[in-house]
Amino acid sequence: MAIANYLYLSAILFTIGAVGVVVRRNAIVVFMCIELMLNAANLAFVTFARVNSNLDGQVVAFFTMVVAACEVVVGLAIIVTIYRSRRSVSVDDASLLKQ
Amino acid sequence: MTTSSNLLWLIALPLFSSAILILSGKRANSWGHVLATIVSASSFTIGVVEFFAMHGRSDANRAVTQKIFTWISVGSLNVDASLMLDQLSICFVLLITGVGTLIHVYSISYMSHDHDRRRFFAYLNFFIASMLLLVLGDSYLNLYVGWEGVGLASYLLIGFWNQKPAYATAAKKAFIANRIGDVGLSIAIMIAFATFGDVSFAGIKEHADEASSTQLTAIGLMLLLAACGKSAQFPLQSWLGDAMAGPTPVSALIHAATMVTAGVYLITRSNFIFDEAPIAQLMVLVVGGITLLFGAVIGMAKDDIKKALAASTMSQIGYMILATGLGPIGYAFAIMHLLTHGFFKASMFLGAGSVMHGMKDEVNMRKFGGIGKFMPFTALTFGLGYLAIIGVPPFSGFYSKDKIIETAFNAGGIKGIALGMATLLGAVITAFYMTRVVILTFFGNERWGHKDEPAESPALMLIPIGLLSIGSIAAGFIFSKGDGLVNWLQPVVNPLKEHHAEEFLPPIIVSLMTLVAVMIGLTVAILKYRGDQVAQAPEKVSVLVSAARRDLFQDEFNEAVFMRPGQSLIKILLNLDYILIDGLVRSVAATSLSAGVRLRTLQTGYVRSYALMMVIGALALVTTIWVVTA
Amino acid sequence: MSLLTVIGLLPLISALLIAAIPSKSTGLIKRATFIATSLIAIISISLATGFDKTSTGMQYVQSNPWISSFNINYAVGIDGISLVLILLSTILVPIVVLATWPEADGGRWGAKVFYILILILETMMIGVFAATDLFLFYVFFEAMLIPVYFLIGGFGSGNKSAAAMKFLLYSLFGGLLMLASIIGVYVIAGNQIGATFDLAKLATLQIDNKTENLLFLGFFIAFAIKAPLWPFHTWLPDAAKAASPGTSVLLLGVLDKVGTYGMIRFCIELFPDASKTFTPLIITLAVISIIYGAFMAIGQRDIKGLIAFTSISHFGFITMGIFAMTTQGMSGANLYMVNHGFSTAALFLIAGWMMMRRGSSVIADFGGLQRVTPIMAWTFFIAGMSSLALPGLSSFVSEFLVLVGTYTRYPVAAVIGTLGIVLAALYILIPIQKTLHGPIIDGNEKLTDLSLREKIAIAPVILVIVVMGFYPKPVLDLINPTAEKVVTKAGFTDPAAKVGK
Repeated sequence: MAIANYLYLSAILFTIGAVGVVVRRNAIVVFMCIELMLNAANLAFVTFARVNSNLDGQVVAFFTMVVAACEVVVGLAIIVTIYRSRRSVSVDDASLLKQ
Repeated sequence: MTTSSNLLWLIALPLFSSAILILSGKRANSWGHVLATIVSASSFTIGVVEFFAMHGRSDANRAVTQKIFTWISVGSLNVDASLMLDQLSICFVLLITGVGTLIHVYSISYMSHDHDRRRFFAYLNFFIASMLLLVLGDSYLNLYVGWEGVGLASYLLIGFWNQKPAYATAAKKAFIANRIGDVGLSIAIMIAFATFGDVSFAGIKEHADEASSTQLTAIGLMLLLAACGKSAQFPLQSWLGDAMAGPTPVSALIHAATMVTAGVYLITRSNFIFDEAPIAQLMVLVVGGITLLFGAVIGMAKDDIKKALAASTMSQIGYMILATGLGPIGYAFAIMHLLTHGFFKASMFLGAGSVMHGMKDEVNMRKFGGIGKFMPFTALTFGLGYLAIIGVPPFSGFYSKDKIIETAFNAGGIKGIALGMATLLGAVITAFYMTRVVILTFFGNERWGHKDEPAESPALMLIPIGLLSIGSIAAGFIFSKGDGLVNWLQPVVNPLKEHHAEEFLPPIIVSLMTLVAVMIGLTVAILKYRGDQVAQAPEKVSVLVSAARRDLFQDEFNEAVFMRPGQSLIKILLNLDYILIDGLVRSVAATSLSAGVRLRTLQTGYVRSYALMMVIGALALVTTIWVVTA
Repeated sequence: MSLLTVIGLLPLISALLIAAIPSKSTGLIKRATFIATSLIAIISISLATGFDKTSTGMQYVQSNPWISSFNINYAVGIDGISLVLILLSTILVPIVVLATWPEADGGRWGAKVFYILILILETMMIGVFAATDLFLFYVFFEAMLIPVYFLIGGFGSGNKSAAAMKFLLYSLFGGLLMLASIIGVYVIAGNQIGATFDLAKLATLQIDNKTENLLFLGFFIAFAIKAPLWPFHTWLPDAAKAASPGTSVLLLGVLDKVGTYGMIRFCIELFPDASKTFTPLIITLAVISIIYGAFMAIGQRDIKGLIAFTSISHFGFITMGIFAMTTQGMSGANLYMVNHGFSTAALFLIAGWMMMRRGSSVIADFGGLQRVTPIMAWTFFIAGMSSLALPGLSSFVSEFLVLVGTYTRYPVAAVIGTLGIVLAALYILIPIQKTLHGPIIDGNEKLTDLSLREKIAIAPVILVIVVMGFYPKPVLDLINPTAEKVVTKAGFTDPAAKVGK
């Protein structure tokens, strides 16, 4: 299979994730969309590692996964706390940061 | 030149005494006046010793100097704090310390009821020290220190009773008018330094003839401005009348005998400049001529005895300034008139103080009358001073004023006639207003309207007046005997021994004309004021009289031309500063603030809109890179 | 380690020690600060005694690498001009400390913070005058703002936050322009002689005219704001009105001198050609400052605003003297900085005591003080006389030198400047009449005269004012060689007298 296809897939996944972040209200879904974008990036990294036949891309992919894991921990904790205080996980309800 | 270590003591003694009196505060109440008087007398003694030492030396070696320390030394500018005593300054030293000591003695009694008497004496001593520095300084800069020092002393003494706002204002006015003159002195010093690279009298004198006439004229005019400020000459004369707010001994010492004559000293000292600058000299004549008539006219209408005397001082100094404008021959006569005036005017002021003492501080002559029989000694001494000032022979004023009138006529051409007539007219008016003062005060009906009869002042006040009266009688004769003073001053003021080229009129004719002028003024005054007077000033008076009562509108003029425009300018500037300059700064602040407010609306608080912006931003970035690299 | 570094560090060390004292024992804090700063003052005088007056080079030099990748050094050293300004700072600080005991308690954070801030400021002040590395100077120049910001904002009165912010933003704006110029100079040095911030080396750069003019302006505007020169002055009256008197003394007495000092040390020494180009403009601004400041001072109702505007007038004289480019003008301007420091200190401290007693800073609220509080009135009077440059008091010598020095090159400017002395009489005598003379105004009968502490604080200032008026030689001897060197290096010689000599 052509290398380009992996990159196309990565781009499509990233776009889906980005659109999801922008249009969805549910914090959990937004969160999963972010994960999707991270994994799209991972896919691109791994692909380039394969293309250049070295390990740099794979190393970065591991880093990304670790960061993603940390993010999940912090992010979910925040979402849970927001849910506890507001009885809602809609990101539009947590709009106190304006002005 | 010979040096002498005594000169510093002349100044240091009164200066230290003044500092001690001020620092001791109330503790000095009991002995302050004694210390001050002793110190002043000691300075006089030193002055007398120096005079006889100088008298014993030959003409060429008479001047002595004393360098104290290097004051300012930067680049080519070197100014030493150093003193110089020559034939000219010794006259002043003796006048200042002599009359000063007498006035100290007088003040002990005159000020005895004032609980701030020690402060008064501290100021007096400070004045003596400053005035001595003024006449002893060997450079314009040293002179300037004394010049401003006497200004400060005058300010402090005019405002001695400054709890009265009017007195405090009078003091301020005097200081500011003097400062305007000081600008002249400052600029003169600057031009002198730029031209000669030196500010000492000796250094400038040496090269005076090498400088261009423009520079010399500029220096001369600026010095004249300085003299106008200090000596209350037109157009800076308006402060002198108000300065009478000070205690009477101050009016006698500072505003009659010594400080106000500093302008005459300055011009005489700068003879080497004025002699080379005819335009400046002409301006000196004009200023002197205007002021002598100006003061005399004001003197005719004043009812306040001190203000009448002050106007007379202004006029007499006009005579002296005019004499200095007459060149090498005039200087000595100016100094002679200055010295005789110092005696008779001081004695008359002290006499006026004595009258006020007896009349419970009343100064309005319309409320005097017939005081002569209650205060015979005061009346007698005042009368002697009166005869001296109007120029009746053989009293001192006759000798000095007559010489000035004669020299004025001899100036030659139309100038000589104009000046001579002006001085003669001045003599007429002087005789008139002084006669008026004497009649209103000492003769005629008693108008004071209370039962208490005025009593003669204590001996401590009368003795100084008596001694000064001896001066008003004899000084003129002594000075002019064998041209004594003229010859004494000649090496300083007339080194080339100039004489009149031709005499316009024989001296005897001039003297007779003067006498006739005096008689006219005197007779008119007697005719006008011989009958009983009323205690109120007449309401309906001629335009001239009402103008003279208001000092010929000098205050109105200053207010309209300087004060009110100045105040408006300040108001405009205050607004300009706030609206324009600070407004610009504030508008920058306001712009950034409003920009912030506008941009703030982009912050909706919705995560999704932030995310959208990030996406758009990222896309824009990528596009840019792509476009640029492609 | 150079004595200079020691003196610079001592206030900082004292600040750390003061920090260890519990906040409640304010008496101890005040005494300890006073003793510490007095000792520093005494030690700093030894700088002058050990100073070689004949040499014009930097003395007490020390240079250690700081950020070696940019060739930035901790480099300090002083010549006559900076020495007298350091002495001014170290001598004024203990006086301010002693004078401000009650005022320190009045602020937001109490006496401890007040005196720690003052001590930190002292280190910065010494540093800014001692730095011979351009970058080091810049760091001190900017860092100095921080303690002053807190001193105004925390211990001031009235509209203090706004004033502190205005002061900070103005100064930062100037600092930013200067930073740009510093970077420019650094880059040019990198191209010509190798990257350096060393002042002596930077002075040898050959810069083309256009660039030099721009770089000059960057520095000059920063210093003109600091000094302050018309029309960059509007922060000063606000800051002075809001700051407590002690802060104002340091602000006007020392900090603003950094502006005029910088004009000599950086504008003229680094960019002599540009200085020449801009001199007519700067002299004009200086003359405007003299007259404008004086007129504004006459119109002030607030006593602090009055002193602030008189200072603007005086800074006009200083700037005029500097850019007259004659030895008299340069020496006079430098001496003026010192004299103005002392006379403004006297004015502000005494005005502060008057305001503290009366609870008002409006001139019209005073009246007849000469009869109620004679000593306070006398000291105020002498300070005022010094401000109007009465001969025999210190300011006269410097004002005269500035005027004479200016006249030989720019007669018109000097003559207009001389008019300032009449205005000076007005702006000093009017408030003196209103505060000290006249009838005693209601509410002033019970005012107390100066306490012993206040007398001790003000006595040395008055002494300096009087002694320096009669005998300025020791200070002039320190200044003269350096001033002459600056003028000569900028390519000027004094105009010769037209005749004689």
